[in-house]
Amino acid sequence: MALETFYEVMRRQGITRRSFLKYCSLTAAALGLGPEFAPKIAHAMETKPRTPVLWLHGLECTCCSESFIRSAHPLAKDVVLSMISLDYDDTLMASAGHQAEAILDEVMTKYKGNYILAVEGNPPLNEDGMYCIIGGKPFVDQLKKVATDAKAIISWGSCASYGCVQAARPNPTRATPVHEVIFDKPIIKVPGCPPIAEVMTGVITYMLTFDQLPALDRQGRPLMFYSQRIHDKCYRRPHFDAGQYVESFDDEGARKGYCLYKVGCKGPTTYNACSTVRWNDGVSFPIQAGHGCIGCSEDGFWDKGSWYARLADLKGSGFGIESNADKVGLAAAAVVGGGVAVHAAISALKRAQTKHDAGNGADKGGDK
Amino acid sequence: MTDASIPGTAPPADRAPAATTAAVKGGKSLTTVYVYEAPVRLWHWVNALCIVVLCVTGYFIGSPFPTLSGEASAHYLMGTIRFIHFSAGYILAVAFIGRVAWAFVGNTYSRELFTLPLWKKSFWKGLFTEIQWYAFLKPRPLKFVGHNPLAQTFLFLVMVLGLIFMIVTGFALYSEGTGAGSWQDRLFGWVIPLLGGSMQVHTLHHLGMWVIILFIIIHVYSVIREDIMSRQSMVSAITNGYRTFRDDDPD
Repeated sequence: MALETFYEVMRRQGITRRSFLKYCSLTAAALGLGPEFAPKIAHAMETKPRTPVLWLHGLECTCCSESFIRSAHPLAKDVVLSMISLDYDDTLMASAGHQAEAILDEVMTKYKGNYILAVEGNPPLNEDGMYCIIGGKPFVDQLKKVATDAKAIISWGSCASYGCVQAARPNPTRATPVHEVIFDKPIIKVPGCPPIAEVMTGVITYMLTFDQLPALDRQGRPLMFYSQRIHDKCYRRPHFDAGQYVESFDDEGARKGYCLYKVGCKGPTTYNACSTVRWNDGVSFPIQAGHGCIGCSEDGFWDKGSWYARLADLKGSGFGIESNADKVGLAAAAVVGGGVAVHAAISALKRAQTKHDAGNGADKGGDK
Repeated sequence: MTDASIPGTAPPADRAPAATTAAVKGGKSLTTVYVYEAPVRLWHWVNALCIVVLCVTGYFIGSPFPTLSGEASAHYLMGTIRFIHFSAGYILAVAFIGRVAWAFVGNTYSRELFTLPLWKKSFWKGLFTEIQWYAFLKPRPLKFVGHNPLAQTFLFLVMVLGLIFMIVTGFALYSEGTGAGSWQDRLFGWVIPLLGGSMQVHTLHHLGMWVIILFIIIHVYSVIREDIMSRQSMVSAITNGYRTFRDDDPD
């Protein structure tokens, strides 16, 4: 069966060639590519068959889907209707029940080794996976089955990438990120709670356009969106370097838009594109709204203590109480300092005593 | 290694009472050994200075000064503090590499810092004797030409392993600014995912500072105490390199 190309589908939907080319240029710009890539994208879309994407949902809150459908460049509608063939996504698809599940098998056989598996959420492993049942079976089984013949896997959001809230201590369901369940497929992590809409569509567009995985960092995140910290491109960075901080959320500094470092902004430790791509069609992002970054795209962000503290909490690392590095350090320094003082006092007394003895018992002593 | 000292090599303040005692005991001159060669002494003081600068600037990077008023363009306080921190970090790292290199060409005592001879009986004997001496259970410590085993243990743990940890995590954090693909990132970037993310590395690097501060408190105290109460000189030894013994008794 001859598969439809992207271009054919778009034309069939009444999109003019002019609009199609505009779309290609916009996509190239959104991906940060030069103008010479627009024709490449156009060529790819004219010649390549649409790649089926199977979008599975495990333990999740659907915030990734909510984010995805708000993508502005490219529009989510363009991605879903024109670029990919989103054959299975139980929150977006019309069919339900057995018909829906049948699509999985159909795509898996027809496009064996040639479809992309996108995973939103993660599988819980406790009680044989009974905490998340899809179509009457544990989600972990569905995930493993569909992953078998996938070309690549996209881990949408912090759930699939790292575990997120359901994997926070004590993780009662043993929610487990995708890369700890599937080992034999390339996995692209797109962390964030949720990931930025344009990052999601950008990653998919890149994979379809160039027919290859985007360059990934050590943790498997696309370098084009996750190679820099929020801090590195933050518009409030000059205030950080100058030494101008918001000391509390209602002070003069907060009104003037100073750096949120002191009120616990996690921008310096968080890799994401919020400060460049921003949210809601580039309208704003948390720091621009006057609140520090909470580091939602970092591994284990729920377990690292307060959202208003820059350093990780040490509770659970053997220190028992909630405390930070400075409190522990100061307490230890006080104890050691006190110990030294007491030791010094005893040493002085002992020495005075020895000298005294030495003075009395003449030839016995010496300066010791 | 051991040779008789030339009068006047040790500072007079240290020497005066000891010399008197020695004279009383039979007119023998004090045994003096050249222990710390110039590169070792230079490293010690450069390292000490770097650590002080790094602790102070590091603390103020973690807990910055109160906000400055006026235009952002009029100030560069945090930028300057971070610049000093990074510069001192580079100097410390280069000095550490130099110190490791010197261990290959220097004298026996230059290698002491990097070795923990747990297999030697004399090491364990010395260690327990020193612990007893510090617990006031022994009236008189042993004599050591180099470091005593207790000091050697602490130095190895904090000044070798601890400094390596701080250098590695420090450059890993620095690589976050220099960016993916920089040599700092290629050499040290792997540390960040290994230790559980950037925030975790920041926290551990911060805790490392406190470990070093604790070490400094104990180090300075015990050096002064040993200088007064032990059987060999301390402060002058790391200044001029010569260690003087206060008695010539065996062991």
